[in-house]
Amino acid sequence: MMVETRSDILLKIEDLQVRRGGTTVLEIPSLAVFQGQVLSLIGPNGAGKSTLMLTLAGLLKPARGNLLFRGDPIADGGFTYRRHIAMVFQDPLLFDTTVFENVASGLKIRGMGRQEIGRRVPEYLERFGIGHLAKRSARKLSGGEAQRTSLARAFVTEPEIVFLDEPFSSLDPPTREVLMGDLERILRQTHTTAIASTHDQAEALRLADWLAVVNRGRIAQIGPVAEVMNRPADEFVAGFVGVETVLPGRVVRTSGGVITASIAEDREIEAVGQVEVGTEVLCCIRPESVTLSISPALSGTSARNVFSAAIRQMTPLGLFHRVRLDCGFDLVAYVTGQSLTELDLREGMPVVASFKATAVHVIPRREMTLT
Amino acid sequence: MDLIFEGIQKAFHLLITLDREVLGITLLSLQISGTATLMSLFIGITTGTVVALTRFPGRQFVVSLINTGMGLPPVVVGLFVTIFLWRNGPLGFLEILYTPTAIILAQAVIATPIVTGITLASIQHLPANLRLQILALGATRVQMVWILVKEARLPLLAAVMAGFGGVISEVGASIMVGGNIKGYSRVLTTATVMETGRGNFDIAIALSVILMLVAFLVNAVLTQIQQRERPR
Repeated sequence: MMVETRSDILLKIEDLQVRRGGTTVLEIPSLAVFQGQVLSLIGPNGAGKSTLMLTLAGLLKPARGNLLFRGDPIADGGFTYRRHIAMVFQDPLLFDTTVFENVASGLKIRGMGRQEIGRRVPEYLERFGIGHLAKRSARKLSGGEAQRTSLARAFVTEPEIVFLDEPFSSLDPPTREVLMGDLERILRQTHTTAIASTHDQAEALRLADWLAVVNRGRIAQIGPVAEVMNRPADEFVAGFVGVETVLPGRVVRTSGGVITASIAEDREIEAVGQVEVGTEVLCCIRPESVTLSISPALSGTSARNVFSAAIRQMTPLGLFHRVRLDCGFDLVAYVTGQSLTELDLREGMPVVASFKATAVHVIPRREMTLT
Repeated sequence: MDLIFEGIQKAFHLLITLDREVLGITLLSLQISGTATLMSLFIGITTGTVVALTRFPGRQFVVSLINTGMGLPPVVVGLFVTIFLWRNGPLGFLEILYTPTAIILAQAVIATPIVTGITLASIQHLPANLRLQILALGATRVQMVWILVKEARLPLLAAVMAGFGGVISEVGASIMVGGNIKGYSRVLTTATVMETGRGNFDIAIALSVILMLVAFLVNAVLTQIQQRERPR
């Protein structure tokens, strides 16, 4: 409720429903975007992220509901509103002319004078590191250069909200990395409110202050990044944001803010939380919270949850190794390369896995509705 | 073979000496077909863009109709334009049958579906999100359409070439609605038909060569523009 009454709400939707070809593709009771906020929409492909993005940008007419910009409903087919926003798509969608003319296009559309255009465009070309490409034909750019042009074209209009619809997903990883860094910097410098969709969790975490997880045309959860990552609202969010171990169980005891949940094959997990005895729950354990050691004596941990386990599988994962364990239940741990060498971990080897009660996030189980 | 050589010789002779009658026929052909093409561009680009950008019931049928129209037989057009312009016809009061205006009208009817069809295809061929991108840049609907047409300008040049090529070489409709009147409504194609009928093969060949030359030159200029703009 606090969210609804904040005074710096820039964009808000109420009771939104979007239909396409006779089926409801988006149903969102309410959503608010604050001044200066960077909101990431994440979710699997086809979840409705792009549809939500287009609707928020006033480019798709909802079947029902209101879109309010600074408290006023969008009128005149969204024309006035569209002059306050900018959008960058997955494809750069550049015009068949020079880089300069492309970046100038939004300003020309607004009827801005030649002098002002001549002042503003070079400034933004420089900001996005494409000043040297000003006279080049947009058809002769690399993928990264083209997307930079598209970003410059959006930011040069100094929009109040910028919409970024998976802007990096068609770029190769090194290009994406550099461009994301630049975008992050420019977003912070300009304090532009941004809504960015992605199916890449790392990308979302890097740019966003807030996270909205979209699934099947609904917002499964929205909140500050840490809250969504560490307190997933349901099984889907937990699975999607990377809590790799999700264990179903039942609360058997509670004592002093610590609950004990029984999970598969009479194993018990202790967790911090307030859930009634007898409740079916999901216990979510992030892989980086799991510590491995060779024997219980050596673990030297205050962790309440200590299990002897066997290593079933090890997968290198960039900076980490993903270790799948069999503790009588499945558990996933991330181990650094250094620990891997120190402990001399190998597949099939017995180890001790431990994690703190505070590292377990308990979600009271709800029936998943299949639509 | 002599017939062909003599014809070509004659053609050059007529060209070099700037034969008054041949020059008149050529200029009239250019004027009529040029005007007809301009008219068809105006109607065709507008209609093609509208059909490409809107969704309405029966749209599929309209698109089929346009595509069929791209191969409209000139004689059929000639027949119907004649009927319409006939003294008792619906447009008889205009009293333009057997005038250059009537030929322009008929040729515009022939070229319009060609231009419409190519416009439709070129606009639809643009990326689907481009419209949304343009609107997101703050464009009005009119600005959006104008930018789209500009983006499709290279394939649209093909529409100009196809339209002009279709009408400058057309004979059926021109002879029916124009009447091939000497010094008034006689164009390159109708003159060729007449001279061939009379057995004046040399003049007929000369006129054909001029016709091909005119068609070639117009297309060469447009191709030049198109290829210069196409990067790489």
